[in-house]
Amino acid sequence: MATIKELAKKDELLSGGHRLCAGCGIPPIVRIILRSANGPVVASSATGCLEVGTTIYPYTAWRIPWIHSAFENSAATISGVETAYRALKKRGRIPADKDIKFVAFGGDGGTYDIGLQSLSGALERRHNFLYVCYDNGAYMNTGIQRSSATPLFSNTTTSQAGEVIQGKQEWRKDLTRIVVAHNVPFAAQCSPHNWADLSKKAEKALAVKGPTFLNVMSPCPLGWYTKSEDSIKLAKLSVDTCYWPLYEVENGVMKVTYKPKEKKPLAEWLKPQGRFKHLFKPENANLLSAFQARVDSEWQRLIDLDGKQVY
Amino acid sequence: MAVTAHTKKAALTGNTAVAIAMKQINPDVYPAYPITPSTGIVEDFSGFVADGSVDTELITVESEHSAMSACIGASAAGARVMTATSSQGLALMWEMLYIASGMRLPIVIADVNRALSAPINIHCDHSDSMGARDAGWLQLYAETVQEAYDNVFMAMRIAENAKVMLPAMVCMDGFITSHAIENLDLLSDEEVRGFVGEYKGRNSLLDTDNPVTWGAMVLQDHYITFKHQQSEAMTRAKGVAAGVMKEFGEKFGRPYGLIDAYRLEDAEAAIVIMNSAAGTTKVVVDDLRKQGKKVGVLRLRLFRPFPFKEIADALRGVKVVAVLDRADSMNSFGGPLFNELRSALYDLDNRPKVMSRIYGLGGRDYKVKDAVEVFEELLNISKTGKIDTMTKYITL
Repeated sequence: MATIKELAKKDELLSGGHRLCAGCGIPPIVRIILRSANGPVVASSATGCLEVGTTIYPYTAWRIPWIHSAFENSAATISGVETAYRALKKRGRIPADKDIKFVAFGGDGGTYDIGLQSLSGALERRHNFLYVCYDNGAYMNTGIQRSSATPLFSNTTTSQAGEVIQGKQEWRKDLTRIVVAHNVPFAAQCSPHNWADLSKKAEKALAVKGPTFLNVMSPCPLGWYTKSEDSIKLAKLSVDTCYWPLYEVENGVMKVTYKPKEKKPLAEWLKPQGRFKHLFKPENANLLSAFQARVDSEWQRLIDLDGKQVY
Repeated sequence: MAVTAHTKKAALTGNTAVAIAMKQINPDVYPAYPITPSTGIVEDFSGFVADGSVDTELITVESEHSAMSACIGASAAGARVMTATSSQGLALMWEMLYIASGMRLPIVIADVNRALSAPINIHCDHSDSMGARDAGWLQLYAETVQEAYDNVFMAMRIAENAKVMLPAMVCMDGFITSHAIENLDLLSDEEVRGFVGEYKGRNSLLDTDNPVTWGAMVLQDHYITFKHQQSEAMTRAKGVAAGVMKEFGEKFGRPYGLIDAYRLEDAEAAIVIMNSAAGTTKVVVDDLRKQGKKVGVLRLRLFRPFPFKEIADALRGVKVVAVLDRADSMNSFGGPLFNELRSALYDLDNRPKVMSRIYGLGGRDYKVKDAVEVFEELLNISKTGKIDTMTKYITL
């Protein structure tokens, strides 16, 4: 695994000057992953913050070949690119010793919701690619609408906290488990605050043959109603409260890659975020404890599986 | 140019003939999803892959939306890409059709024409490809299995022409052409290779030393410029198509044009129609001509770009025209072909009277008697100068 010094020396493949927000979790995620590829990379992106923020014509922040075609098909698009690579290599139009890595990016809306089918298809077909979901917990690019990744009780523009209903009423979809059920060689959850863990997992995912997956917590000051400078702190809190556990499933074996010495109360992650403000009204104390109880049981389920063959 | 002697005759369904055309092209990538009545194409092709008679990468994706998305990814990677679909499949691709043409990717689809739901129906009409008529794709239509087979090669050449660089749709009638066995002449593999040549896409995603951004966000300052260039390419495609069809005729002895004008020279009344129903109409024209009636048929082989000038030239001098659409645009004023064709005739000094008839939706038969009735009505209008009903459904 590369040290931070080694990583820092590698080429910057996503340039500065793009239009993603200050404090956005996406650029450090993309930069760390691309630095971990160790060789030529081609990427696709779903419609969303990453695409809009990096490619406003006639400018591009991408220093690698990159394609965006639509919202729900980052995985299907990269599967076409990767298939062309195999076809042209077979026909001698790409040197036999040239090894290209393929990475598809998508936000949680483009992955958990509208892109789930094309992701599932590409995983099942065993394309040689890494899919990266930057999960900021809502459709942030279009103005904070709820997705199936949105946390319980979160106030979004389509799951508002009002007089009668207190934000989103459903627990989030567990996409990483769904991906694991495709029997992929490697799938993991990561967070940009833990660059070493993220980089190590990206390196592993890109070295393996077959489809691999990283689900990465991506703080969003705009949609979380938080300060730009707090993003990395908040990413860390999502992990230390065990809302967003860091783990990997390699060849079917579960490994929790980070266990906080002292599990922090969920409220420490929720409180600084405006999207959970309503949970701190005295009359909503029961909701807060229900949320904490669910996080506890999910974490326990994971701990019970640690080290075991889960698929 | 010398015409090659052909001895390779075969009796094939439209689907098998198109699959063989694709085998002879041996594209780099074929993203496939099955749908009736086009399924025979991918089934045959899958056999070619299994037998090693092609080395195309066939990827059996999970939907037509992903099929077109994978076509786009593969084509942007510089590969020659083909697929086939019908009906709901083309409708599901709709979003991606615009992206393929907007990215100027010369993907070729065989569209086996089938009705759109609801009600669900698996039989022939043209609502699927007509629904995609503004998607920026070239559209070629075929009367016979032979023509469907030949059109695959011509479509590829037109699409990949550097002055065009637009995707193309090769249309044939579901079941009527796709499942009927006809005798046809096949080209040799060498002839196909010589005609379609090699394709190497520019700005490939796989050229990692020269990275290119595909599919950037383009706002008010440049979007219209991209669309203008695309529109200009579509305009240029007409001349390129005419040239490719002429070359095909000279090389292989089967002449084709943008339109097929049948006994129109001195015609008083004409039916304009597309695909297989033109055959039935031609039989009726021959019968009526024997009775001294001056009738003819105009069939469009190319619908996109729309050969408006060629149509006007062919129908100049005809008194009355019925445009038979196998699709309705649900605008309460006739089918899509009717509306565009009527507009094409507007600048003629003595323009014909034109009426719209919608026929054969969902595979309803279009018979000799239906064509006879339309011609009788036209000849009557020619005498009275009066159209009673401008638009109506026939074959009900």
